[in-house]
Formats: sequence, C-alpha cells, structure tokens
Amino acid sequence: MDLFLQQILTGIANGAIYACLALAVVMIYQAIDHFNFAQGEMAMFSTYICWAMIAGGLPYWVAFFATIIISFIGGLAIERIIFKPLHSAPVLSHIVVFIGLVAIFNSLAGAIWDHNIKTFPSPFPDGSFGGLIGLHEVGMFFVTLLLLLAIFCFFKFTRVGMAMQAAAANPASAGLVGIRVGWMLALGWGLAAAIGAVAGMMIAPIVFLEPNMMLGILLYGFAAAIVGGISSPGGAVAGGFLVGIIENMAGTYIPAIGSELKLTVALVLIVTVLLFKPNGLFGKTIVTRV
Amino acid sequence: MSHLLEVKGLEASYGPTKALHGLDFSLEKGGVTTILGANGAGKTTTLRAISGMVTRKGQINLNGTELGSLSTADITRKGVAHVPEGRGTFVRMSAEDNLRLGAYSRNDKTAIAEDIERVYNYFPILKQRRNQQAGTLSGGEAQMLAVGRALMLRPILLLLDEPSFGLAPLIVQELFDILKRINAEEGVSMLLVEQNAALALELADHAYLLETGNIVISGTSQSIIENETVRRSYLGY
Amino acid sequence: MATDVETRVDPRLTVGAKMPYKWVALFVIIGAVLPFFLQGYATFQGTLIMIYAIAILGLNLLTGFNGQFSLGHSAFYAVGAYTAAILVYHLDWPVYVTIPFGGIVCFVAGFLFGLPALRLEGLYLALATFALGVSVPQILKSSHLEGLTGGVQGLDIFRPKVPSFLVENFGLTMDQWWYMIAFVIMLFMFWIAWNLINSRTGRAMMAIRDNPIAARSMGINASLYKSLTFGVSAFYTGIAGALAAIVIEFVAPDSFTFQLSILLFIGMVVGGTGSIWGAVFGGFFILTVPNFAEEISTGLSYAIFGIILILVIYVMPSGFAGLVNLLRMRVKKMF
Repeated sequence: MDLFLQQILTGIANGAIYACLALAVVMIYQAIDHFNFAQGEMAMFSTYICWAMIAGGLPYWVAFFATIIISFIGGLAIERIIFKPLHSAPVLSHIVVFIGLVAIFNSLAGAIWDHNIKTFPSPFPDGSFGGLIGLHEVGMFFVTLLLLLAIFCFFKFTRVGMAMQAAAANPASAGLVGIRVGWMLALGWGLAAAIGAVAGMMIAPIVFLEPNMMLGILLYGFAAAIVGGISSPGGAVAGGFLVGIIENMAGTYIPAIGSELKLTVALVLIVTVLLFKPNGLFGKTIVTRV
Repeated sequence: MSHLLEVKGLEASYGPTKALHGLDFSLEKGGVTTILGANGAGKTTTLRAISGMVTRKGQINLNGTELGSLSTADITRKGVAHVPEGRGTFVRMSAEDNLRLGAYSRNDKTAIAEDIERVYNYFPILKQRRNQQAGTLSGGEAQMLAVGRALMLRPILLLLDEPSFGLAPLIVQELFDILKRINAEEGVSMLLVEQNAALALELADHAYLLETGNIVISGTSQSIIENETVRRSYLGY
Repeated sequence: MATDVETRVDPRLTVGAKMPYKWVALFVIIGAVLPFFLQGYATFQGTLIMIYAIAILGLNLLTGFNGQFSLGHSAFYAVGAYTAAILVYHLDWPVYVTIPFGGIVCFVAGFLFGLPALRLEGLYLALATFALGVSVPQILKSSHLEGLTGGVQGLDIFRPKVPSFLVENFGLTMDQWWYMIAFVIMLFMFWIAWNLINSRTGRAMMAIRDNPIAARSMGINASLYKSLTFGVSAFYTGIAGALAAIVIEFVAPDSFTFQLSILLFIGMVVGGTGSIWGAVFGGFFILTVPNFAEEISTGLSYAIFGIILILVIYVMPSGFAGLVNLLRMRVKKMF
C-alpha cells in the first residue's frame, strides 16, 4: 500500500512537469493551431540561460524571473521574425520551421554550454514530505497550480486574454473588432515560451541539464495535452497529472515496461487517445447550430 | 453636400487574381447606400477592401482620413464597423462576451456598459441569450449579435455584408426595421451589400450596381428602381 | 482550399511525364564511373548518400505525393536495419537476401502503423510519428529484447567478400562493390517510384494530397491508399536501413534517434518536396553539410541545418529540385 501511495505521489510530481509543458503546448495550439515541436528545445535553452545567470553569480529567484522575461521576449521575437511571413503558408512549412528550430536550439546549446551534464539548483529546501515525496516535487506541484491559476485568470478576466482567445478562434472577426491579431499570436508565443521556461527550470534539478533533456519530456507534455484535450489549459494540467500517474503505475506494476519503456507508454497513450477520443478526456465539444 | 466616405480608383486582388478594377463611389453622411450585383461581382470584396482585409490600391477617404494604408485594427479605430459575411461571431464565447469584444478598442468602462444595454434595447432577444454560447444561437439571433457587436464600436460607418442571408423572411423584415431605426436614431451611415435587391433598395437612399469589378450604374434608390436593366435583372419584374 | 503541402513543381514533370532519358543516362554513367576515380572513403560516403537518397525518397512519397507527414521515419530505418542485422547475426541468412526482407518487414510495419494513423489529419499524424521516432531507441535498448537486439551494445555483422572474379579481373574493392550494389538498388527504387507516381495509383495518391474530400467523392478509397502509401514509404526507408546496417557493419540504438528523423526530413525539404530526383540532392546535402559545418565550428552542424531549412522555406519552398526547374525554364525562355 505504501508503494502504491508513493507511486501516486511520484506520478503527481512528474505529472506537474508534464502539465507545465502541456500548458505551453496548449497555449501555442490555441494561438496558431499547431503543435510546436520546438517547445522542448526552447524550454531547454531557457533553462541554460538561467543556469548561466546563476553561474554568473545572480541569486536564484532573480535569474528565475529574468529567464521568464527573456524567454517571453524570445518567443515573441520568434513569432514576429520567423512565423509572421508564414501565416498563410501550408502546414508543411510550419512543421519544417519547427524542426529547424529544434535543430538550431539543440545545436546552439551544445555549442555554447558544451554537452556535459550539469546540475541545476532547486529553489526549494532539501528533504522530503513524510518520506514519501521530495520537497522539490511538492514545490513543483504548487508552481504548476499557480501557473494554471494565473493563465485561467488571464483568459477569463483580462481584456487581452479575451482578445487572444478571439484572435485564435476567428482571426478575421477579431480584426474587425479592432484586435491586432498578429500581435496576439506573438503574445501567445511569448507566453508559451515563458511557461516552457518555468517547466524547464523546475525539471532541470531532477533530470539534470543537458541539450537533449527535454525530448522525452516534451513527448510526455504532448501526451498530457492530448489526453487532457488540446483545447483547454485546465484539461492539459489534469492530463499532465494523469499521464504522470499512469507512467509511474505502468512502470511499477507492469514488469515488461519497468523503467525502460516509459516513452513507449507515451506513444501508446497518444495514439490511443487520438484514435478513440480525439477531443481528449476533458476536452470540450463545441456545439454549433447551422 | 458632405461626403462621409470617398473612394477613388479602388482595386483589390486575391493573390494574382484581380477582383476590383478601379471603383469610384462615395457615401453621404447619415445615409444608407447599397451595392447591388450578382454573385462574384465584387460586393464583398469592396467591403473587405474598405476595412483592409484584402490587398488593395486606391484612395479610401473617410472624413478626411486616408484608410488605404491602415490595418484592419486601425480602421476599426477610425469608426468603421464591419458585419462580415456569415456573421463571424465568436462561437465559443457567450453572447455578452461577443458584445464586450466589440468594444475592444474602447476604454470607457461605464459607456461600454451603457452601450451593451443599448444593444439589448434594439435586440431584446440577445438579452435573454446573453450567457449562451454564440454558436448555439439561431441564424437570426447570430446576425443580430453580429450587428450588435458592430454597434459596440460606436461606429460612424457600418458595413453590412448580406445581413439577410439564410434568414426567414419575417426575421429579415424585423432585422431591417431595426437597421432603419439605428440609422435614424443614431445617425450611423451604412454601406449595405445585398443579394436581395428589393429589400436593399427599400432601406437605402443611394445605390450602385456592380458587375465583374466595375460600377455600371449609380443613383438614388428611386432612380435605380425605375431603371429598366436593374428591374429586369435584379428585381425580377 | 489550401493544400497541406506546397507543390510548385512543374506539373509536366510529375504527371504523365516522359522519363528524361538523356539526363538519366548521363546520371547513370557518371554514377557508375565515379567510384573508380574516388578515394575509398569518398566511395563509402557516396554509398551512404545513395542510402539516404532511398530513405528520403520514401519519405517524399508519403509527404510530397500523398500529403502525410512523418517525423518518425527513423523508426522504419531502424526496423529495416535491425531486421537485416538480426537475420544475419542470429540466423546466418545470406546478407543480400536480408535487404529486400528489411523492406518487406517495414512495409508491414508501416502499413499497420498507417492503418490507425490514417484517421489522423496532418498535424496529428506528425505528432503520432514524432512519438514513434522518439520512443523507438528506448525500445531497442530494452533489456527484454536484449537477446535479439544486443541492447545498448547493438550488433556487429560482416559484409560478404567481393566475388573473386571481380577482384581478379577489375581489382574491385569492398567499398566499390557495395557502392555498386547501393547504386543499382537506388536506380531500381527510383525507377519503381517513377512508375508509381505516373500510374493511376500515383494520381490517386496526389488527388488525396490535394483535396481528400474530392478524391473520396471520385471513388478513391482514401484510407486504403493512405495506409498503402505509408507502407510503401516505410518499405523504401526499410531498404535503406537494411543497406546501411550492412554497409556500416553495425547497428546500435543510438544511430536511430529522433535526430535521424530530422535529418531525413531536412533532406526531403532541401531536395524538394514532391520531387523524385531531388532526393539524391537531399542525401548529398545531409551527408556533406555536417562536414563543412564542423570545420566552421564544432557541434554547430544542426544549427546550420536549421538555418538552411528555414531559409529554404522562405526562398525556395519547392527545394533544390524546384530551383533547378526554375533555372531550366529561364534558360529555355532565353532561346
């Protein structure tokens, strides 16, 4: 029973990260109807920036928030510079550019900061909660919830948040009510990059920092977004926790999976959910009368 | 005579295909003008060109301001509200949120609240539907919401693209009565594009006939109604 | 309706076109003579280029001609390579036989993956294949399969010797011999692709790419064609994988990471989406650019790939093949 409880808790802790990344994925998807395959690499690069600032002597929280701001501006710039000319380009062009970004960020990180594995500090104290779950994991959990709350309030209660939703749902009409649609997309990119940065900085203490750290995690982030329903931030977070728990349970109780085939769990989850429940478990179906 | 909108040599194209070949027309302040024409004549494109939704060339002068080089978002800030073809409501949001978004470019909170009431006053049914997802509204209600959303901009010029499309005759009559009221009570000028020529001429005081991207006939509604060609081709009697 | 794939290739070149025999003959002659002028290592690199070209062609059949995306073709490359390696290593099969066998196993795998995947529209398919590409190395490393795959260590295999009469009469080296085999296989695969594209089936594939709904209403069984195309695409990539395993004489999970998928994808885009022979240039590109890039700065080759990739999308969306086509038209106009 203890093992079971611990697995659930570990699952929730891992799930918090997947949830974080899934939030970023959903954010971009809401804005531009695309999966950003470079989300993981962008988050990894942000984490390196934070690491460099801490190594340069800045206190953790200063570096943390500076990284969020830099990532936000970076995401904004990527949209304005690279994606703006491609707004009406075919899907393939977008995928090509995403892949290009993956290659660029991955390679640059290695070239600037080398490929050696680095440790990354946690802002939370050492130790564990009742011997079941590390305090860093607990902190991570609350950071994710805080992030979700912030996003929820942003979309629900701010003018810009509502305009962003409108611009994503119907760009033509959004322009007609005076929303600057192009900037809303850029804002979506900026926010996604900032959220991704938080995810990267939160997970780096656990998986250590190296250029390929995010690939597998991004896969789980996608799985979380798909399981939760790609259209809702709340669903993405719920999906994240669910995927985290499923991953741990499968690893513990199905001997064939163990700790070695966890990525396959994500693959199976993604394909299964896409096939049988394309809107996700918590996705809203939109009712439209014709 | 004072013109609200003066358009000179307006050209518009979709990629390599030219849709408008140099239109000249003008709108009177406080008037309702209609553009008639068959499918593909360029009516919708004309409206889109005015609000900057297509690539265009030529002069579009609104009250002394040149709109030709402005973006859609900036044009709305000059007081041009466009009710697009197919209504274009934000289907996942509530009716009231749609109205609120209509006032996106304004900052006066109390006036916005008043204007929402004013829209409900014109369209009482929207008040009943205020919390309903826009996607669940009937065709007539959605069209009313689209007009209401445009009114939230406090426009000086309202562009209407086929407001009668797909609506039952009774609803159409109701809608056009309200449009007439809005024009009379608020002095909002309107540029109306319609397939239903008889209906449009009833509301409008001026009319232009558009054929394959060129204006072929123009004049007061009365003179257009009396025109032989128009009667035969567009009014059917 | 906008299509998912940009296709600005000269239609005369893809539909009902005549094979440009002059160019093909020139290409065959140059290709056949080349290994006798090259160093051993360059010959080996030429072999790898051709192997990549076959894999890229496979990916291109899927994306360029059928409008489906795959970020997971490294998985099929891996399946082809491991099929060949396992058959040689564990069962002592003749090496040459394992090459088509690797392709066939991939065809089945691709068809089976395509079967559910065909229900997924463009972007979702890209996501599902992304998941496939990312998870395959882990599967190959799994301890449960270690007996078969050799786990993290991988498997060593050995190429058979060059037939003795060729050594005696022409002094053919191992590298030259395998270059020739790869060359012949590549020509054969390109010939099949050419005929496929210019057949009824090819037109159906492209109709599905350009307008799936219209294609369905014309009576094309879109689902069947889509999963068949996925199978054929995997077949090509599998053949390439099997060849690669034999030529390199070694397979290991880390040769088939997501980066390989990226590499093939880059080759396809740079060579020209929707162009058959562009695949050769794509193969040349992904093999040679890292060499140049490493000279500029170590570890930066993928950054340079990425930048070139993005530039290609802006400057020449139909890739190298499109560029050549454009130049040809210009030259024609001049005379």
